[in-house]
Amino acid sequence: MKPLETKLRAVRDSGRKALVPYFMAGLTPDWTQHVEAAVHAGADAVEIGIPFSDPMMDGVVIQEAALTSLARGTNLDSICADLAKISVDVPLITMTYFNIFHHYGLERSIGKLTESGIEGAIVPDLSLEESGPWHEISNSYDLANIFLVAPSTNTERAKLLAQASEGFCYASARMAVTGKSSDEGDAAQVVAGIRAGSDIPTYVGIGITTPKQAKDASKIGDGVIVGSALVQLLIDGAGPGKIEEFITSFRLAID
Amino acid sequence: MTDAKTFMQAPDERGRFGEFGGRFVPEALMPACLELEIAFKDAWSDPAFIEEYNTVLRQFAGRPTPVTPLLRLSEKLGINVYAKREDLAHTGSHKINNVVGQTLLTKRMGKTRVIAETGAGQHGVATATAAARLGLECTVYMGEVDTVRQSLNVFRMELLGATVVPVTSGSKTLKDAVNEAMREWVTCVSDTHYCLGSVMGPHPFPWMVREMQSIIGHESSRQLIELGVATPDFVVACVGGGSNAAGIFSGFANTSARLIGVEAAGGAAVKNGSPGVLHGMRSMLIQSEFGQIEEAHSISAGLDYPGIGPEHAYLADAGRAEYYPIGDEVVLDALQLLSELEGIIPALETAHAVAWITREAGKTIPKGSSVLLNLSGRGDKDVAQVRSLLRGE
Repeated sequence: MKPLETKLRAVRDSGRKALVPYFMAGLTPDWTQHVEAAVHAGADAVEIGIPFSDPMMDGVVIQEAALTSLARGTNLDSICADLAKISVDVPLITMTYFNIFHHYGLERSIGKLTESGIEGAIVPDLSLEESGPWHEISNSYDLANIFLVAPSTNTERAKLLAQASEGFCYASARMAVTGKSSDEGDAAQVVAGIRAGSDIPTYVGIGITTPKQAKDASKIGDGVIVGSALVQLLIDGAGPGKIEEFITSFRLAID
Repeated sequence: MTDAKTFMQAPDERGRFGEFGGRFVPEALMPACLELEIAFKDAWSDPAFIEEYNTVLRQFAGRPTPVTPLLRLSEKLGINVYAKREDLAHTGSHKINNVVGQTLLTKRMGKTRVIAETGAGQHGVATATAAARLGLECTVYMGEVDTVRQSLNVFRMELLGATVVPVTSGSKTLKDAVNEAMREWVTCVSDTHYCLGSVMGPHPFPWMVREMQSIIGHESSRQLIELGVATPDFVVACVGGGSNAAGIFSGFANTSARLIGVEAAGGAAVKNGSPGVLHGMRSMLIQSEFGQIEEAHSISAGLDYPGIGPEHAYLADAGRAEYYPIGDEVVLDALQLLSELEGIIPALETAHAVAWITREAGKTIPKGSSVLLNLSGRGDKDVAQVRSLLRGE
């Protein structure tokens, strides 16, 4: 079992719902302090977005954050250098698109990420069918691969994806890209599909923007992922204090 | 597929042409891609579907389009140029072939709505047209920059009952329109088919679109024989994503003809790109040192794309087809030349292929050679832009 999964299973075993905020790496020069503030306020793991020019699975907020970060001149090397400065005791998980790693080299990317303290990777456009080479290399590096399961995924595929996932399995709460959402979503059905295949921790994300939505999602899964709502705050100039306040409000809602 | 002697067969079971292609999409779209693959295979081997497709192409789209010997251009260049007249197909370009097939497939899959991306607007207009014919709802995503330079096409789509959504993200051109259409598809995949306009995207799109465009190659092959040309020495087509080129190459892939794809210099993915993953496929892409996709630049909205269809990447890699860039500066000359010598105003995209032939006649193309040009679209949509450019505005 990859170290990430051991840690996240321990969170679940302690009876705690996991809270996983998403940050866009390099959005501001002091972005690593934002990650630390979130952990201080009770995040159980942190998703670190690496900016890509063409984020197919992301809505306008994360698109804007990616372009802002890229305009600051960030790249995989500079982001990994920043990551080394982060001092937190919860796991860091990266999320980005496959071309970043494909271009940098798979083994070189995985080596670089794990050296920089990354324990898991979510690569939404790397389908299960195309993930073989990436998976094979990551196995010798303690990098956990996390797959998404969507409402459109059938039972058979959900089982395969749950079994292929390491660390946790990402339950997409709705048929949407990242960002604001007001509908109820399909998290219950997706989580049930994952649990039919594996007892891996299952976190619900996509469209969770309010503490109320987080609370509902946490009753369905083992944790929640909050991205765009937080990134919007950061785009609007939030500092560590605001971030702690935001994370605390979600923490209170799911505890 | 692995047999080096036969080209343009079906891709392997993972949707690969050699090292290119595949299916790199979010899980939310995987079931739709798998469903589409099954539906396409089923339809494409069903004689009743093929019959309907061919009937619509004949009765509605104006096929077969003729092959015209370009006598005055040939005389000027010292070669024999034949034009496959896709500009005469309904809606003014080859795009109609693909959308007739995909909209029939949409109905067969029980879906009621199509979405599409468009660059120059030709694919958007074609999709809106085919959707209107079948009573399908239609939404077209178009880069904001392109809605300005092709504003008449926006109005045409609206006349045809489609909704046009200007895309304001990224470079606001074709690449971003594809991103936006993919994002939209995630939200509505249960009742909506993504009618992709070129030989790109995740499997089965590159294969399916090539098959639906292969009628260009098959017709030309027969028509050239009637004109006394058993096999042309060259087959030349412009390439953005590469659907018109894939269509015409299909008829000649396993002959001695040299296959030439002409890319816009500002989007020359084969010459200036490297392997990468974008829009669901592994192909050649123009990208930065750290794998960020760069913006293409071209006088023609339809070639403003930083990638190329995966089968073209494979044909280039295998040495079966050659791809050359043509800069904006010679495109207008080519457009004027064809207009004045032949009475055909080509689309700016097509003018790239004309420019390559004009430049290479007597050089890469030996004197006396026979050249089949895919005259992929008519230039009506570009006339306002060309007027501004020629007046130096």
